[in-house]
Amino acid sequence: MVRFENVGMRYGTGPEVLRDITLRLDAGSFHFLTGPSGAGKTSLLRLVALAERPSRGLVSLFGEDLSRVTRAALAPLRRKIGIVFQDFRLIPHLSAFDNVALPLRVAGVAEAKLRDNVREMLEWVGLADKLDAKPPTLSGGQQQRVAIARAVVARPKLLVADEPTGNVDDAMALRLMRLFEELNKLGTTLIIATHNAALARGFGRPVLHLENGELAATATARAAS
Amino acid sequence: MSAPGLAIPFGRDGSSRFLPALTLLMVFLAGLALAAVMDLERALARWDESLTGTLTVELPAATGPNDKSLDAALAVLHAAPGVKSATPIDSATTMKLIEPWLGTSLSPADLELPRLIDVRLDPSRRTDLAALRAKLTEAVPNAVLDDHQVWLDRLAHFARSAEITAIAILVLIGGVAVVSVSFATRTGLAVHRDTIELLHLMGARDSYVACQFERQALRLALIGGVIGLVLAAAALLALSQATNAVAFLGDSVTLLPALHLRGWNWAVLAILPVVAGLVAMATARLTVLTTLRRLP
Repeated sequence: MVRFENVGMRYGTGPEVLRDITLRLDAGSFHFLTGPSGAGKTSLLRLVALAERPSRGLVSLFGEDLSRVTRAALAPLRRKIGIVFQDFRLIPHLSAFDNVALPLRVAGVAEAKLRDNVREMLEWVGLADKLDAKPPTLSGGQQQRVAIARAVVARPKLLVADEPTGNVDDAMALRLMRLFEELNKLGTTLIIATHNAALARGFGRPVLHLENGELAATATARAAS
Repeated sequence: MSAPGLAIPFGRDGSSRFLPALTLLMVFLAGLALAAVMDLERALARWDESLTGTLTVELPAATGPNDKSLDAALAVLHAAPGVKSATPIDSATTMKLIEPWLGTSLSPADLELPRLIDVRLDPSRRTDLAALRAKLTEAVPNAVLDDHQVWLDRLAHFARSAEITAIAILVLIGGVAVVSVSFATRTGLAVHRDTIELLHLMGARDSYVACQFERQALRLALIGGVIGLVLAAAALLALSQATNAVAFLGDSVTLLPALHLRGWNWAVLAILPVVAGLVAMATARLTVLTTLRRLP
């Protein structure tokens, strides 16, 4: 599903923020990505989410070597990836329904076809009664659940979440993690960045640990296992 | 659930307020410039039409009651092929022509007025003006045959210069519109960077994002354009009234050509907001596509 070989990444002409990253995420796997602030978690997730290109090394996604994929061909690949952000990134003037429907509209799905799908997703995250609510009227936990519904509505093969529990309380964090587990059981590959090592350990999933832009050896070994 | 709207919250940035005001001004100025171009074309054609086929013969003032130069000139004119009529302009009419400049206190006796003959040509026949001029000066030395060509040439030159200026203004307005829309779009792209990146990461093609900006640019440009057109039409109607009022003064003397737009002229002006909308749309699209190409 995801393969990195000796990947390095820098922003512009700055120093490398990721160095010699080698990892493999198999289809259907569920990994946590941990590390202190500034370790490169977000940069690594941005590479996986096709938000950035590596400065060196090989990145392969869904069996495609990205160095050989044209810019235009990246859009269909991105539709196979769902992303959950720490700050939710909901569009404030759109209703919860329209926010969740956005990936389907972007993919050109007809309105008649997407309605049931979007309702079903909002029901799944427990927000069936908030279809018309605008994000600013929702609590942090509700907003993150809308964001999760949006990330999975197009049935992505890979879900990338960057500190999805960073802005919610512990009870809500646990509830969101249960949603991610459910998704994983349905076959979605997950990689979740968190600074909460205890939370990651509590789920007994492989952990990729980043320090100063490099993967800690033990964690890498565990990830590849 | 409402009908799907634009994903990008354009209402939250200043370019949404800036673009209609800009388009309003552009369409207003373009409307005036375009009206000037169209009316100058019409005025030039009218001047050409009214002066073509006429000549004026100017004879020196009569030297006395036995001066036969007017009869001699009329005889030459009546005998010339292609001349339909030759009518002497009496001194009363000549006085009326110079009245706006010299007033009414003078009488013909106070002035040594040249005598004028209004000559009409038969448009179906060719008139040899050089031969006619030669015969006239032979019959009446110092007779002047004026075919108005110098006047017409000057008018045409003036009209063409004014037209070129108006067209240059139109081109300039178009250029400024393109630059301004491009600037507003770039501002919008910067303001909505996060939403655009979100759409990009969802797998939106560049054309999807560009379409959002296009729709917004078209909507705003049409709003501003329609208001600009209404204001331009009001200004043109007021100008038309004003020039008509000036033309009416002095009866036969018109200081300014009366502004008179025809039906098709108004139809052309009515297209301006649509053109403004399309220019804004195309500029927004091009700007967005060029900018997004920098994203991975």
